[in-house]
Amino acid sequence: MFTSTSEAVATALAPSDFTQAPPLARKPARTPREEAALAEVLRHPGIWRRGTAARASVDAQPTGLAGLDARLPGGGWPRGALCEILIEHDGIGECSLLLPALAALTQAKQRIVFVAPPYIPYPPALAAAGIDLSHVVHIDACAADTHWTAEQCLRAGCCGAVLSWMPTTDYRQLRRLQLAAETGAAIGFVFRPLAAARETSPAALRVQVTMAHGLPKIDIVKCRGNVGETTQAVRLRA
Amino acid sequence: MLWCCLRFPRLALEAVRGEGASSSLNPFAVIDGPQQRRHVVIADAAAQAAGVHGGQPLTAAQALCPLLSTRPRDPASERQSIDSIAAWAYRFSADVSIAGSDAILLEIGASLALFGGLAALLRRLRFEVAAFGFDYSLAAATTATAAHVLAAQADGIAIPHAGPLASALGAVPLATSGLGDEAIAALRGMGFRHLRDLFRLPRPELARRIGPDALDHLDRMRGFVAETLVRYRPADRFERRLEFAFGIESQDALAFALQRLVRELATFLVARDGGVQRFSLVFGHERGATTRIEVGLLAPQRDAASLFELARARLERIELPAPVHALTLVADDLPPLCPLHRDLFDDRRGEMLDWPALIERLRARLGDMALQGLGCVADHRPARAWQFTAVDTRAESARVLQASFVSGDAGLRKRPFWLLPKPMLLRGEPAEILAGPERIESGWWDEHDKRRDYYIVETNLGQRAWAFVPAESDTGWTLHGWFA
Repeated sequence: MFTSTSEAVATALAPSDFTQAPPLARKPARTPREEAALAEVLRHPGIWRRGTAARASVDAQPTGLAGLDARLPGGGWPRGALCEILIEHDGIGECSLLLPALAALTQAKQRIVFVAPPYIPYPPALAAAGIDLSHVVHIDACAADTHWTAEQCLRAGCCGAVLSWMPTTDYRQLRRLQLAAETGAAIGFVFRPLAAARETSPAALRVQVTMAHGLPKIDIVKCRGNVGETTQAVRLRA
Repeated sequence: MLWCCLRFPRLALEAVRGEGASSSLNPFAVIDGPQQRRHVVIADAAAQAAGVHGGQPLTAAQALCPLLSTRPRDPASERQSIDSIAAWAYRFSADVSIAGSDAILLEIGASLALFGGLAALLRRLRFEVAAFGFDYSLAAATTATAAHVLAAQADGIAIPHAGPLASALGAVPLATSGLGDEAIAALRGMGFRHLRDLFRLPRPELARRIGPDALDHLDRMRGFVAETLVRYRPADRFERRLEFAFGIESQDALAFALQRLVRELATFLVARDGGVQRFSLVFGHERGATTRIEVGLLAPQRDAASLFELARARLERIELPAPVHALTLVADDLPPLCPLHRDLFDDRRGEMLDWPALIERLRARLGDMALQGLGCVADHRPARAWQFTAVDTRAESARVLQASFVSGDAGLRKRPFWLLPKPMLLRGEPAEILAGPERIESGWWDEHDKRRDYYIVETNLGQRAWAFVPAESDTGWTLHGWFA
C-alpha cells in the first residue's frame, strides 16, 4: 500500500553532515588520563554530542517504510516511548502505517494491545498483514478507563505495543503514559485528532497523517533526538 | 519429639465474657448442668473471693454470694476459640492436636531449627498467644501427655530431655495428674498423694487396682508406649464476618474493613500453604438484604496486597444500594498454590507485572469480559469472519498452533483494517470507486442470508471506505469498514 518517495531526502539528511565537529581553538593534546575523565563526564545521559553515535542509542522498531525509517533516530518507532499519530479523519492509512511494525512484533512473540479501539480491528485484515493473532489483545474500556488501562499495559513490561485512541487528553495524562512506556519498554501509539498538533506534548515522536492532493502524507511534527529537519513529508500510498 | 502444651484454664469463663458481659463488676460465674441441678463450672476472682468455686451447686453459690451473676456455658464459643488458636499454632508445627476442651498440643521438636531454638520459639509462642487475650499456661516435655499434665501444674515448665522427666512428673499431685476420677479416689483411699508414689508400685498390682486405662495413661506420660493423637486439620473454607456498629456508606471505610479481612485471609492461606482462586464479599444491609461481589482470579494467589488491590477494584466498580452493616468474606475455592517461577537474573523493576498479574488487574477494574483475543472464522460474510476469543493467560505465551486461515477471504481479497460493528449509511456519494464489485453471497442455511456487492471507494475527504450495495437493489451505499 505504501511506497516511499523520499529516499533522496533521507540521504540528504544523513548524519554524516554533522559528524565533523568544527575545528576548535588549538589546544595541547590531552593526556590519556584527561581523556578518560572527559569520557566519564560525557557519558552522562543528559549530554548529547552532535555527531556522535546518538542514533544507535535509540532502541527502535523499524516501521517497514524505508523513507520513514531513515528519518527517525534509531530507524523506527522508538521503543519505551510514546508515539502520537495525529489524524485528520479515519481511514486515510493511519493504521496501515503501523501494520509492518505490529506484524514484526507479534512474530517476535510480543503482545500488541488495542485499548478501546473506535471500531473492530478486523482479524482477517490483521492476519493478512502478517500479524499473529494469538498475540493480539483487544480491551474494551469505557472512556474514563482508557488512560488507566493504557498506562497499566505500558507499565507492565509484558506488552510490545499498546494502541490507544484518545480524542480528549491533556499533557499531564500523556506524560504519565510516556513515563509508563519508559518503565515498561513498550511502544505506546496514541491516536489523536489533527487539531492536537498545536498543543505541546511529552511524546517522543509525533507524526501527522494528512491528505494532500488526494494522497496521504506523513509529517514528523516532533521527534526526540532528531538531527535533521522535521517537517519533510513522506508519502503514503502510491 | 518435643511437645508443647498450651492450656487455657479459664477458657470457659473468657469465651463467654468476651461477648460483652465483662462490663458488669458483679461477681460472675459460668454454670452448667441440667435445669434442676445447675453447678458452677468456673468463677471469676470476685466470686472466688466470696467462696464460689467450680463444681459447687448453683444454689450453694448463690447463698454464698447473693450478687452472683451467671451465664450458661457456651461450648460452641469455646470450640471456636480453641479452633482459632489451633489454626494459629499450625504456623509453628504440622502436628497440632486439640486436647480436651481447653488445651492444644503442638510438636515443636521439628520446628526448633526454623524458629531459632527452644527459648526463641517459646518466647515467640508466648508473645503471639497473648494476642488472643486468654489466660494460659505453657509447658514443654518429650511426651504430649506429660506436657499436658505439666501445663496444669504451673506455667513455664520445659523439660526437653527424657532424663529428668520422670522426677518432674513424680512431683505432680494425683488430683491434677489427668487420671480418671475413680482411679484418683481409689488411690487417695490407699494413701497415695503424688505420681512418684505410683511409679514405685509393681505394674501388675497397679493395673489390678486402677484398671488398664489409667495404667496406659501413666505409661504414655513417661514415654513407655506410643501416643496417638488426633491431628488438627485446618479448615477447608474461610469465612469471616465484620459487623459494624452503624451503616457504612463511604468506600474508604469499607476498604479499610476489607483490608482487614483480606489480611486475615492471607494469613489463613499462608498457614495452610494454599492459595485462593475465588472468593465472595457479602455486604449485609438492613433487614437481611445483601449485596454480593464475586472476585475470581485466573490463578491461585495468596499475597495480601494483590488480593486487596483486586478486591478493592471490584468494590469500586459497584454501587451499594444501602449502607453496609456487615461485611463477610467467604472463600470456598482454596486450591494448592503453585508459585510462579521467576528468572533469578530477571532485571525487571519492581513495579512491573507479568502478564497474568496484568490481566488480573485489568479484569478487576474493567470487568471479566473486557479482555479478549481476536480470531478468524472461516465464513465469507464479513461480520462473521471474525470472533472474540479467550485471551491467552499464560505468562509465556506458548505459540498456539493456529488453524490455517481457510476462509474464502484467505488474504486474497483486500480487507479493511477497521470493521464497523454495524454497517451504516455512507454520507455523500463516493468520489471514486477504486475496486469492485466483489459479490459476497452466503448464509442461506442459517437465516442470515447476505447478498451484497462490496466496493472499495474513496470519499471526498480522501478516506478509503469498504462499502456495499445490496445486490439487485438501489438503496445506496452502506459503509462497512475503513481502510485505515
